[in-house]
Amino acid sequence: MSLEENTAVHLHKDDKASKLGMWLFLLTELTLFGGLFLMYAVYRFTHQAEFHIAAKSLNTFIGTLNTSILLTSSLTMALSITAIRKGNKNLSLSFQGITIFFGLLFLLNKYFEWSHEINIGNFPGSESLLSKSQGEILFYGLYYVMTGLHALHVIIGMIVIAVMMRFTMKNIINRNDNFKLEAAGLYWHLVDIIWIFLFPLFYLIS
Amino acid sequence: MADNSTAIKTKNHESYLDYKGKHSGLLGWILSTDHKRIAILYLVVISAWFLIGVVIGFLIRLELLTPGGTIVGAQTYNAFFTVHGIIMLFLFVIPGIPAIFGNFFLPIMIGAKDVAFPRLNLLTWYLYVIGGAFVIIAIFLPGGAPDSGWTFYIPYSIRTSTNMIITLSATFILGFSSILTGLNFIVTIHRMRAPGMGWFKMPLFPWALYATGWIQVIVTPIIGITLLLVIVERVFGVGLFDPSLGGDPILYQHLFWIYSHPAVYIMAVPAMGVITEIITVYSHRTIFGYKAIAYSSLAIALLGSLVWGHHMFSSGMSDTANFVFSLLTFLVAIPSAIKVFNWTATLYKGSIELEPPMLYALAFIFLFTIGGLTGIMQGTLSLDIHLTDTTFIVGHFHYIIFGTAGFGLFGGLYHWFPKMFGRTYNKKLAKVGFWILFTGFNILYFPMFVMGWLGMPRRSYDYLPEYQSYQVISTVGSWILILGLILIVYSFIKALRSGERTTEKNYCGGETLEWKVETPPIHENFYEIPIVTGGPYEYKQNELEPEGVN
Repeated sequence: MSLEENTAVHLHKDDKASKLGMWLFLLTELTLFGGLFLMYAVYRFTHQAEFHIAAKSLNTFIGTLNTSILLTSSLTMALSITAIRKGNKNLSLSFQGITIFFGLLFLLNKYFEWSHEINIGNFPGSESLLSKSQGEILFYGLYYVMTGLHALHVIIGMIVIAVMMRFTMKNIINRNDNFKLEAAGLYWHLVDIIWIFLFPLFYLIS
Repeated sequence: MADNSTAIKTKNHESYLDYKGKHSGLLGWILSTDHKRIAILYLVVISAWFLIGVVIGFLIRLELLTPGGTIVGAQTYNAFFTVHGIIMLFLFVIPGIPAIFGNFFLPIMIGAKDVAFPRLNLLTWYLYVIGGAFVIIAIFLPGGAPDSGWTFYIPYSIRTSTNMIITLSATFILGFSSILTGLNFIVTIHRMRAPGMGWFKMPLFPWALYATGWIQVIVTPIIGITLLLVIVERVFGVGLFDPSLGGDPILYQHLFWIYSHPAVYIMAVPAMGVITEIITVYSHRTIFGYKAIAYSSLAIALLGSLVWGHHMFSSGMSDTANFVFSLLTFLVAIPSAIKVFNWTATLYKGSIELEPPMLYALAFIFLFTIGGLTGIMQGTLSLDIHLTDTTFIVGHFHYIIFGTAGFGLFGGLYHWFPKMFGRTYNKKLAKVGFWILFTGFNILYFPMFVMGWLGMPRRSYDYLPEYQSYQVISTVGSWILILGLILIVYSFIKALRSGERTTEKNYCGGETLEWKVETPPIHENFYEIPIVTGGPYEYKQNELEPEGVN
């Protein structure tokens, strides 16, 4: 082999590497939330009855509605990837748009939920919350922190999907090269999965 | 994804130092995605932080020269040891070896042109710099430098009026940088090894980085969320840690050490990788127990993630938990000892050259053994009660962290310096610097074991007069150590400015791929990607193999 030639075994674009990187990133997200789930487990174990009482104040209907919204948005996300693989750019764009819309709807519900809790005085540092038991304070602390961090992820996910829509329009994401959209989809599914755990832990323990 | 669109043929034979990319001058460095340039960027900033940390350490020792206030009062002293800890851990040893040598040599040693995600790699450097800037802001903003100790223990860290939020944000950002570096290395090792380089043909430094990468990726997010919660606690008073609202400060300690104990291995394991390379090169012998060393890195990563509780023996855990954590702590000693025995066995009947890197490697084994054995003492429940919060622990972790990550870094720098910069250094000066550093190190830290055994508390600016003789010895040791450091830094600066230029590819008789590329390496490392056929350390006894790409 002469020194002038390059065997080019090194790929300049390696989707498998990107995919592995994405999965590792999702792993870090899981351990990030893992710390919070660990705290939840410990505090629920030490304050079982109080968690039970505190959870009664949450609106199970809105929680269920939000669960179905987020699950459906995962479906539309997956459909947008299938659409682009079949070469249907506009359909893929619509599905991505619908996914963002569902994300907005989820956040809107969350907004009403949080406002309701804040109106009745269930927020950190409020007098009415401080007058309650320590278990209830912890429950609401965890509720705001965990659903808040999750909502932040929903917002980031929506921004990412918006960028993907732009890429799809400019044909950077296309029939043959759509890993970016798939990675965004993986992220969105992660956000969905975390919610699936948050929902029963906060809404269904009353 | 490599972001370059250059043709398949690499026409450019210039060294990476002279390579002209899209930008020139300083921009050509701070916008470069070349792993070697990023490594140098890291080297520059990490060195600066190290020197700042050393100055603060010097001031801490000076304060302890006499009982009572010597140069500063209690509050400033608290800020000193807090900032010293934050700088040395989060800005020096945690990024240290992976960010400098990992970036520079990992792709070369596995026969790749770059890491898997070069732009992400550059981003980690920016995150690192931003995190460092936050630390500077936290020190100088009105409100006062952080004074909680680098462990940010609850409830003090949510009560103190000093600049905690900025400090916590800094460590959060630095954690992000560390995670992304680890992620990048794991993917690089999985996907970019040269043809023929199976897992067990990979040199042991990449193996160490691989184990480290997994620790970084898995545990760093936990400290991220924990420190974020302390910020939330301070801003909103949520009560998740605050005992007055029902929170559990012990839970904070668990979450903190779930990261921060494995973080010790983020510091030590890459240094062990560097030492492994140095020992095999300068004893001109095939490494003894290749697989044992590779697996022991993974074993340390795994077991090291399960022993965090030994930081909390006196915090009020159950006896069962204490017992289990103590047992697991003893188990970590096994893979650590496997490494030490394999290094020693490699030296046996080797033709040892006492070059500067080798001196650091041998000192590493010596210091690591002292640090490791004193660690076992503290892992013993009954002894730990006596030793908790004394200077014994301070001596122990300086032997471990400075003795491994610090000596590994200096050893690695002398080992690879001519390869990185194409200049030789003055070996005599380097050796003198080493001996002074090594002497100062032991005079500085060994009295801490004795004082601690006698009951001298850590983190106290004042002490009873009977400890003074030890404190004076220790402080004098710090002066000797700093003299050594000055000589070492001088030797590098002198080498950079006026060291003899060299283009010798293999100046030390190494066998791994970095000794088969140009000195200094060209832009994409290889003229052609090598095809690997043999193992990484096939030394014929005392005989240098001919040069050239495989």
